[in-house]
Amino acid sequence: MNGPVVLDRRRVLAGGGALIVSFAMSDGFAQDQAAPAAPKPPGSLATSPYLDSWIRIDADGGITVFTGKAELGQGFKTAFQQIAAEELDVPFTSLKVVTADTRRTANEGYTSGSHSMQDSGTAILNAAAQVRELLVAEAARRLNLPAENFRTENGAVIAPDGQHLSYGDLVAGDMLHVQAQAKSTLKDPATYKVMGQPVPRVDIPAKVTGGAAYVQDMRLPGMVHARVVRPPSYGAQLTECDTAAVEKLPGVVKVVRNGNFLAVVADKEFQSVKAMRTLSAVAKWRETPGLPKQDDLPRVLTSLPSQDSTIFERSDPAAVGQRTLEATYARPYQSHGSIGPSCAIAQSVNGPMTVWTHTQGVYPDRQGIAEMLRVPAANVRLIHVEGSGCYGHNGADDAAADAALIARELPGVPVRVQWMREQEHGWEPFGPAMVTKLKASLDGNGAIASWNFEVWSNTHTMRPGGAGSMLAAQHMAQPFAAPAPKPIPLPEGGGDRNAIPIYKFPNAHVVHHFIPSMPVRVSSMRALGAYHNVFSIESFMDELAGLAGADPVEFRLRHLDDPRGRDIIEKAAQGFGWQKGQKAPPDRGFGFAFARYKNLAAYCAIASEVEVDRETGRPRLVRAVAAVDSGQVVNPDGLINQIEGAIMQSASWTLYEAVTFDDTRITSIDWQTYPILRFNAVPRNIEVHIINRPGQPFLGSGETGQGPAAASIANAIANATGKRLRDLPLTRKKIKDAIDA
Amino acid sequence: MMTLKVNGHDHQIDADPDTPLLYVLRDDIKLNAAKFGCGLGQCGACTVIVDGKAVLSCVTPLLLLEGKQVTTLEGLGTIDAPAPIQRAFMEEQAAQCGYCIAGMMMRAQALLRKNPRPTDAQIRDELEPHLCRCGTHMRILRAVRRAAQLMDTAELSSTIHGSAR
Repeated sequence: MNGPVVLDRRRVLAGGGALIVSFAMSDGFAQDQAAPAAPKPPGSLATSPYLDSWIRIDADGGITVFTGKAELGQGFKTAFQQIAAEELDVPFTSLKVVTADTRRTANEGYTSGSHSMQDSGTAILNAAAQVRELLVAEAARRLNLPAENFRTENGAVIAPDGQHLSYGDLVAGDMLHVQAQAKSTLKDPATYKVMGQPVPRVDIPAKVTGGAAYVQDMRLPGMVHARVVRPPSYGAQLTECDTAAVEKLPGVVKVVRNGNFLAVVADKEFQSVKAMRTLSAVAKWRETPGLPKQDDLPRVLTSLPSQDSTIFERSDPAAVGQRTLEATYARPYQSHGSIGPSCAIAQSVNGPMTVWTHTQGVYPDRQGIAEMLRVPAANVRLIHVEGSGCYGHNGADDAAADAALIARELPGVPVRVQWMREQEHGWEPFGPAMVTKLKASLDGNGAIASWNFEVWSNTHTMRPGGAGSMLAAQHMAQPFAAPAPKPIPLPEGGGDRNAIPIYKFPNAHVVHHFIPSMPVRVSSMRALGAYHNVFSIESFMDELAGLAGADPVEFRLRHLDDPRGRDIIEKAAQGFGWQKGQKAPPDRGFGFAFARYKNLAAYCAIASEVEVDRETGRPRLVRAVAAVDSGQVVNPDGLINQIEGAIMQSASWTLYEAVTFDDTRITSIDWQTYPILRFNAVPRNIEVHIINRPGQPFLGSGETGQGPAAASIANAIANATGKRLRDLPLTRKKIKDAIDA
Repeated sequence: MMTLKVNGHDHQIDADPDTPLLYVLRDDIKLNAAKFGCGLGQCGACTVIVDGKAVLSCVTPLLLLEGKQVTTLEGLGTIDAPAPIQRAFMEEQAAQCGYCIAGMMMRAQALLRKNPRPTDAQIRDELEPHLCRCGTHMRILRAVRRAAQLMDTAELSSTIHGSAR
């Protein structure tokens, strides 16, 4: 199929010419043309402005929508289809959506940070509106009538006299190869028919009937199966490896050794597993202890060299604190823990390399793989195919690099690499451990007079861009060094994401201690630093409310001006039945928490009820009520699904999860050594209330619930036991010890 | 060479007898639903039904399956004619990434065949071996309850009308 974004100079110039002709006919755009330095169009149109990067209409009327984002199980593929159908005025089912592919879609970087709706959804919304406008203009031109009395319906432009001109008939040549304008004439949200509806997800039917839905399900003709033998620990050196016996095993096609990179390829999948086991047994490694003391992590982190910056400062000498509270909160390294270990397929045909991968960023990953293979990026194509949910930077990119490095050794043959469970658990880049220290004072009226917040953290992104971010490139004979870590700049931030309080405090001081040294492999995990920062801030708000003798919900409202934030807090409190002076049933506690993700995206408040078994300390989330404001809602059921999932996953992180290690090796390498939430801990009920904001920008929703869920559970445990736990995870044992203390 | 009966069809399998059923289903018979999750029997993603019982196919070697009936999610229904359990998961939109779902559905199917009206506690107990990382648990529970109702209705209508469906 031809891609819409193969831009050469001639086409761009031709498109530029068409742009003037097209827009000259449209009154709606004429004003923008006059502006000398027009503002950029919204969302990812700013970086990929050509309309046909986003929407293609074939002569037969078939419509394809292109997104550079990767469907990871969030369901946005369905949401994007709704957006395009709505603004184009075509039936939902008449469209198809193509996701991230370096040959076919725009470069939208990573699918991360709850940005898909904001970046790609906004681009598709505006591109669709502008395409519709162009089609109306073309119909008007053909019929020699003024455009304003035309309307669109069901994939056709309808003239005032009732004549139908189908989109397929109207679109010709490079008509959509024009740059988007800064402003679009969008539909009135009150007229929406598809957007705002709980349209069933397009991917679910195949997933529940055994259709090929994941990269793991791809079977290319002549495909062989590869397994990697990873070093037993970070930095281990392969000293000895007699591959002769392995090469003789049934079905073995090749053993690939390149420095410390070791893999085996076989015809059948289980043959490759057996060969991997044999290869693993003959490989001898020299290991170096280098991991920190796990039971002393907070001290280790705060004593590593750091780059310190004050990221927020406010002062009002008139506000004077009388009573002061201090607390330290900590989070361990945590695992993405995808249920399906990473997988990729690569094939090198006469030079160019194609990789099918569940990476979150096909373009940056392509750059890394090209650098690793020492070939131009144009010789590498990455195609996103869904994998198991990733929740951030898991082993996906590494598996893609593994596949490419092995496939280079077997020209023409498609090579499928499937990571084993212990490889995913042992080698994925974890969510970084963090420490926060808080100090605040209350004035005579029980209001917060001063607030000090310090956070210690590694970077929250070591994603590819260069080869050095990928294990295969680090392990090969001519290795690429891991790049120097960088903090993610504010306002989004990394370790300091959500470190600045959204509440209004007269005196406030926030410091980010960025730690460059990374003893454990880390990168992006859902919500980045916001998970721990919101856990800390919202736990501490409850501690301060306790000191002030105030109701936690009322105490938050007392310090919050943001009207949408206030609405969402009130909505969650009301849904939960929160009452001032309430008392939970015996051995139960109520907890509340709130955040606006990154202080600039979706609002989320969560109230929880937690039961604690006083004999064993075992906590159980009984019910949770969330309220969310994600701007204009496209698919309410999709939004609810994201928030429900955020609560369950965050409950699991918060109650159970910590990566474990000795001085040399990661020791949490499966579900027994890294337990997560199971059905016996699933709450009785989760309720999600939405405040829709018609016509407002999309705010995304994938990560907004992680922090509030953690803090509301911690606050409910404190409410149930009278003991405050500040060291994640809040395990049965820690709760029991606190009760007994 | 061994004969393996999967979804009502005989397959001649040329694989070592210690090969786990999961690899035979995916690699030899080219089925998609049973998933590799851990290979250790810890997550449930590979669950299929053998002679009416939910079985972890990643730790069940081929040699134990001579003469047995293996059913995978593909054997229950199709995208155009979904089985009640499949309809229920679609209607409840009970998936996020969906990777764990096929295994959950197979254990739920085995449960509902044995116990058509399970209590909520029985469903939770039964699904205990299964992990979901997206946090779709509430919807999965709802879908299993809905599947029980749909099966009930299907059985009732087949009793009344004498039809197979």
